[in-house]
Amino acid sequence: MIQKFADWLIFDIFGLDSTSRLGGSINFFVYDSIKIIILLFGISIVMGIINAYFPIERLRNYLTTHKMYGFQYLLASVFGAITPFCSCSSIPLFIGFVKGGIPLGVTFAFLITSPLVNEVAVAMFLGTFGVKVTAIYVGCGILLGMIGGVLLGKMNLERYLSPWIIQMQKMQMEADDAYESNHLTFTQRLPGIIKDALGIVKGVSLYVIIGIAIGAGIHGYVPEGFFTEFMQKAGIFGVPASVIIAIPMYSNAAGIVPVIQVFVAKGIPLGTALSFMMSVVGLSLPEATMLKKVMTWKLIGIFFGTVALMIMMLGWTFNIILQ
Amino acid sequence: MKEIKILGTGCAGCKALYATVEKVVADLGVNVSLVKEEDIMNIMAYNVMTLPALVIDEKVVAKGKLSYDEVKALLTK
Repeated sequence: MIQKFADWLIFDIFGLDSTSRLGGSINFFVYDSIKIIILLFGISIVMGIINAYFPIERLRNYLTTHKMYGFQYLLASVFGAITPFCSCSSIPLFIGFVKGGIPLGVTFAFLITSPLVNEVAVAMFLGTFGVKVTAIYVGCGILLGMIGGVLLGKMNLERYLSPWIIQMQKMQMEADDAYESNHLTFTQRLPGIIKDALGIVKGVSLYVIIGIAIGAGIHGYVPEGFFTEFMQKAGIFGVPASVIIAIPMYSNAAGIVPVIQVFVAKGIPLGTALSFMMSVVGLSLPEATMLKKVMTWKLIGIFFGTVALMIMMLGWTFNIILQ
Repeated sequence: MKEIKILGTGCAGCKALYATVEKVVADLGVNVSLVKEEDIMNIMAYNVMTLPALVIDEKVVAKGKLSYDEVKALLTK
């Protein structure tokens, strides 16, 4: 239906030739933009509804009151996936977890997956790469959080927290979630959820459109297999290089996916592309500076290093499997 | 006089909430003290896990993004 609309708009209304390079590129651009923005809106609403019923405070209370025999890493990671990530909330979340007596490893599991799997990334992957790659991405994001959480938990890193956090950890937490218990019905909540979803779409649509435009441009003008030879020369170093390049790119995460998709079509291996994307959204400098308030640089280094290493392993694994 | 605090570490959402509250206070013409609390150590004393948060007379009354009408309802309560 969207394809028909794009065809009609570009070829019938604007009268561009459907076989020309320009016509093809613009058609691709219009089609992808509309499709991704609709997906983004839909997924944001679904995530908003899930979130309204499973607020993060509930997870914290559940984790502090239940013995879970390792299952808590999965739960924290899955929750990280469905919770909208905002770097301004990562610190209070972190402290809230640590104060509640949740082990550092479980807290890290949440902290790794939360930025990695979010509504924007999912919508972008679904719109550009399709269902299969999206499922791989989400599955790997959750797995990465779990394994990272278990590994970091084993390292006994509590002593590298900022002193005032350690102090806080010893203090008793008083339950102050009274304002939480305002029971709204679904119909009362829906307008707010739709508004938030619109806000998300509005916030990233510019990046998305720029990304798709660049992707569409490359799509039409860079020859097939352009990167294949280049990547063969890079060999095993392609993955770590892409992870390092990705760390400073953060704000334009939404715009990067469509560009990456075109790169993959032109010969960049999917594993390398996945590593790149995970590094873009999962390891960001703004997040590191935020975390400085609760962690020492050493702990931030260990945290980022572990996650980066796991992302690379994942990239190499996929490059081998999919070859 | 009511004391209103906006808890936030300076992110976009926190600034937006502060602007909204400022506007509501001006429109209502009420006499309140409006404080922007940006220090994470002070913020954590309120036991919140989502930012921004709105505090009226040392009590957390709301968190996250709020619309003009929502803030107005909270302030006139």
